[in-house]
Amino acid sequence: MPRKQIHLAAHFPGVNNTTVWSDPAAGSHIEFSSFVHFARTAERAKFDFLFLAEGLRLREQNGLIYDLDVVGRPDTFAVLAALAAVTDRVGLTGTINSTFNEPYEVARQFATLDHLSAGRAGWNVVTSWDAFTGENFRRGGFLPQDKRYLRAREFLAATRVLFDSWTGDEVVADPASGRFLTDPDAGRFAVRSDQFDIAGRFAVPRSPQGRPVILQAGDSEEGREFAAADADAIFTRHSTLEAGRAFYADVKGRLARYGRAPDDLKILPATTFALGDTDADAHAKAYAVRRHQVSGQTAIKFAEQLWNRDLSDRDPDGPLPVEDPIPGENTISKGRASVRMYRDPMATANEWRALAEAKNLSLRDVVIEVTGRQSFIGTPAAVADAMDKFVQTDASDGFVLVPHITPGGLDEFAEKVVPLLQERGSFRTEYEGTTLREHLGVHP
Amino acid sequence: MALDGTGWHPSAWREPDARPDALFTAAYWADLVTEAERGLLDLVTIDDTLGLPSDARVDQVRGRLDAVLVAARIAPLTRRIGIIPTQVVTHTEPFHASKAIATLDYVSTGRAGLQVRVSTRPDEAALFGRRTIPPIRLDEPTTPALAELFDEAADYVEVVRRLWDSWEDDAEIRDAATGRFVDRDKLHYVDFTGPFFSVRGPSITPRPPQGQPLVAALAHRDVAYRLIGRSADLGFVTPRNTSDIARMLIEIRGEQEAASRADQPVHVLGDLVVFLDDDAAAATDRLARLDERLGRPYRSDAAVFAGTPADLADLVLEWHAAGLSGVRLRPGALPHDLRQITRGLVPELQRRGAYRTAYEAGTLRGLFGLPRPANRYALRS
Repeated sequence: MPRKQIHLAAHFPGVNNTTVWSDPAAGSHIEFSSFVHFARTAERAKFDFLFLAEGLRLREQNGLIYDLDVVGRPDTFAVLAALAAVTDRVGLTGTINSTFNEPYEVARQFATLDHLSAGRAGWNVVTSWDAFTGENFRRGGFLPQDKRYLRAREFLAATRVLFDSWTGDEVVADPASGRFLTDPDAGRFAVRSDQFDIAGRFAVPRSPQGRPVILQAGDSEEGREFAAADADAIFTRHSTLEAGRAFYADVKGRLARYGRAPDDLKILPATTFALGDTDADAHAKAYAVRRHQVSGQTAIKFAEQLWNRDLSDRDPDGPLPVEDPIPGENTISKGRASVRMYRDPMATANEWRALAEAKNLSLRDVVIEVTGRQSFIGTPAAVADAMDKFVQTDASDGFVLVPHITPGGLDEFAEKVVPLLQERGSFRTEYEGTTLREHLGVHP
Repeated sequence: MALDGTGWHPSAWREPDARPDALFTAAYWADLVTEAERGLLDLVTIDDTLGLPSDARVDQVRGRLDAVLVAARIAPLTRRIGIIPTQVVTHTEPFHASKAIATLDYVSTGRAGLQVRVSTRPDEAALFGRRTIPPIRLDEPTTPALAELFDEAADYVEVVRRLWDSWEDDAEIRDAATGRFVDRDKLHYVDFTGPFFSVRGPSITPRPPQGQPLVAALAHRDVAYRLIGRSADLGFVTPRNTSDIARMLIEIRGEQEAASRADQPVHVLGDLVVFLDDDAAAATDRLARLDERLGRPYRSDAAVFAGTPADLADLVLEWHAAGLSGVRLRPGALPHDLRQITRGLVPELQRRGAYRTAYEAGTLRGLFGLPRPANRYALRS
């Protein structure tokens, strides 16, 4: 039986504390040259795709713009289109919100990107609802939270209608007969749903992939079902073998209900790593990186998000706050996804306290423990071994690697770990296809 | 130079050297813009509309790509030429447009512009389903509904411009001593509130290399001259004759004055559809052949010129003498008329000492002699 193949994606270092900007090797987060470096490394290493996250408003905490992490990012569509000019094969995927965009425009942009990249476009569909981000848009903060997934589902369905409004054989462009189109009605569509009432003709003829690859992030019950119905790949945060296998079995088990095979949806956990010449060396490096990622100030900010209180007078090297978190809506920090991790602040605070007690940890140590531990730490051989095992035992179909340095954070992995995965026969040595769908083995 | 499809004549796609089958590939656009850069042109504009024409024709080019993405795709393949995609402002978000053009400015290292276009078509509104637009007859005097669409466009440009300035140039400090990546005092809320939308800011994208990429608009009538006067750095106008130019410039300069922008340079270029061959009869014959396929004489919002590059050089210099900064040529058929511009017209103008022999600047602003502007928020603080 052929060996199960690993799929690898590269996450451009994010606008959060995972990215260490103070490292001497850290370069620009916005200059195009950084994106070129990162994309070319991913392509040299035969990665399936590179990935860009989204944030449509600068984050705030305590009513002020958050200044401890990297800030600033380019427009996703424009930078992906530019990257299509300097790469040939690597997939180009971006996160695009279904709340602060309209289906016609997003479909037009993704169909264009797919044409301009000869079939390498991918879309991570996210949904948000917060009025905070809405203040940057015509729409404002209009969307009730309970309509988030409804809008996302209907948004995706609407774009699917648009992508499919051209079947692909309408453009003949035959100068002799004078016929450019075979069908005078090409692109005709109409969508009427709870969220949308749109009709007309879609302007972009069918793109090489037909539809961009659809990615979906999120572990919630709704998110899993959404992915099982509509996505080609799903991002997760499960970094242990056990949790990974449970999630994998659960999500793959949902596909049959939608007439899909288990292989039609790839499961790709977000993954961090630290490499060293020896195991001890790797662990030392990993620890040093975590200390950079979670400074004393950053630790206080994390605790404030959980406690929903101003804790600026606390000592990060001292104990956790004795008072309880303020329940309800998080008012202290705005515009960051991680806030939503704390679904039950009281329970999470108690977990943190138990951890501090058991290991005699300071506030900062606790935050490092709960937020910062790298998924894979070791020599290149040990990391390749562990990652391969993860995939071969069905804890995932591959990984979305999240390096901590821009733009060179992927270089060492590409040089040292990828060849070992290739030697094992678990990862491609050349691209076999040209489109992202071909790389991932998913069909529209 | 203005790029659209296989050229501006609707029958151009049937010419022997046309590449209608490649229209939706990156290579098609890359070849055209590379050729334009070889000819040392200041800029290319990439035309756009949201929807297809509202007819059911199958004998003309139908379908188009998003112009901003086409611009970004070709930017890394060129080094000096300005790239100005069209953005329809009536249905899109100024926040998205601002960061997209800022990003185009990053990936082109300072060569981005933005041509704003108002959509008056009810069928384009239906593609978005967010508003209805009453039928507007563009051959009649301006109605309040039309004026409102242009007022909205001016607000849109204002928001885009404020967002470009919402980061001061030295906002990113990477100060390891205090742990701060940015100096938040140098990030600014734009706090725009108007009748059509409100935008808080700041942008998520730092200030682009040019500070303010160039804003352009095409105008045929009062409300559009007003938009140029209030909001643009570059205006495209469509004189039928040289004698039209003075009137158009008076309108635009008057609107600049009314908007208290009289001291700011606004460059006005004349649009012209061109069919060029080495001898004039060949050009007029070619246009006649194209018209025959069309079944009627080709008409455009701009004047149509068929002749030799030397004759065109005469006309360009005449328009320049009448007060225009230059012309925006619309090639009738691609790639033929583009090559006639880059290999015929440009050398002719160079011989007359009226055109550059090498790019003299690395940014689009630089090619128009415009300095990098100060940041409006930095001035305040």
